Amino acid sequence: MDQPLRIVVAKPGLDGHDRGAKVVARALRDAGHEVIYTGLRRTSQQIVDTVRDEDARFLGLSSLSGAHAHLFPQVCQKLREAGLDDVIVFGGGIIPQEDRPALHEAGIRAVFGPGTPTKEILDFIIEAADRSDAGVGQSNAWHWESSA
Amino acid sequence: MADELEQAISGDRRAMARMLSKIENGSVALANLIPNRKPATNESWTTMAITGAPGVGKSVLVDALMTRWASQGLRVALLAVDPSSPRTGGALLGDRVRMSSVDNPDINERVYVRSIATRSSSGSVPLIVEDMAVFLIACGWERVLVETVGSGQAELRCAAVADRIVVVEGPARGDGIQAEKAGLLELADIVLVNKADLEGAERHAGELRESYALDGQDAPDVMLTSGLKNMGIDEAAKALLELKSSGRALRARMRERLLGRHERRLVLHPSYNAVLNRLCDGTLDIEEALIALQGDTNERTS
Repeated sequence: MDQPLRIVVAKPGLDGHDRGAKVVARALRDAGHEVIYTGLRRTSQQIVDTVRDEDARFLGLSSLSGAHAHLFPQVCQKLREAGLDDVIVFGGGIIPQEDRPALHEAGIRAVFGPGTPTKEILDFIIEAADRSDAGVGQSNAWHWESSA
Repeated sequence: MADELEQAISGDRRAMARMLSKIENGSVALANLIPNRKPATNESWTTMAITGAPGVGKSVLVDALMTRWASQGLRVALLAVDPSSPRTGGALLGDRVRMSSVDNPDINERVYVRSIATRSSSGSVPLIVEDMAVFLIACGWERVLVETVGSGQAELRCAAVADRIVVVEGPARGDGIQAEKAGLLELADIVLVNKADLEGAERHAGELRESYALDGQDAPDVMLTSGLKNMGIDEAAKALLELKSSGRALRARMRERLLGRHERRLVLHPSYNAVLNRLCDGTLDIEEALIALQGDTNERTS
């Protein structure tokens, strides 16, 4: 029997809007995954500790405050420092197209903007879980082209 | 994997978390990892179940207790169980949201929290939690708490996995006759009436004490706490650490173990899903299904 994937959904930074994170968490749950939700306003270190202690395969980051350009790469860096190279990181929120290449460069494998069908996020999860090079500390040749 | 086991036991939390997943998934058997497990005694415990109805404040209370113990230098781990969807098998594990102890840099070296879904088990706690707790102890954690799914008075599975049972109650839980009903309260080694800052807590504690008084001398203590307002936490933390087994739960514990293991055999049977499908499409009836799942019961962990 296949084991469910363990996915941490986290809100780094100071914005207090977690509607999007909750919608994604719910969609992942309904697809049969085990979602660990961290709550609001987590520091990068708290998120990395959670991923480590929960042995999560995926980390989803949500940011609506505009701080993604700083916070997302910081989380990726700390994951690598903690030896969590095989964790797959994706992000979502209000993230302009021009910011995305830098995030992919930092190790974020997919960035989903407002209006992304949840089905697309699930498809990303399945494809990334199948790949052997999607971890945050592995080659950054691949990322998901999102529709929104 | 031998390396990962060694790293886990020597304090590498990432390796430990990964080993816990392997135990949970059934890909390694605990017996092969930890040959000598120390049984608990009536005098001292390593694993404690925290159980009670949904919404009585178990998570906040547990967080307050862990904060207290870790501040005293104790290394304490929590296995927090939430339900899996019976339809999809997915789960939303949200107990960490209420945990401040894991985020407190002064103590979080001595606090470990792991969220667990019930997966295919019925009841408020999957039996594999017992093995995960034993592994945590082997990794140097001194006490392991198991927070069950919020559960009702007939839900006794927690007796199978823990040395001690703490039942958390809330204020104003029905009239006095509720305290007289049989069930979980009979197995409690201690009862904490939480949300003690709210009206009705004192009265409910009084009803419970009256009910237990009829049991005679080995009745469990009933204490008032508020995890949120930090009331009674020092006293409860001290009482819990020194808690002796009431001994009343031995038979129930063995029964829950037996039933739990039996259930796990069914669930782990290679034909389990196929049999379920055939029950759904009407090509098997329940008796035939039971027969199909008998025999060939090579349980993965023992």
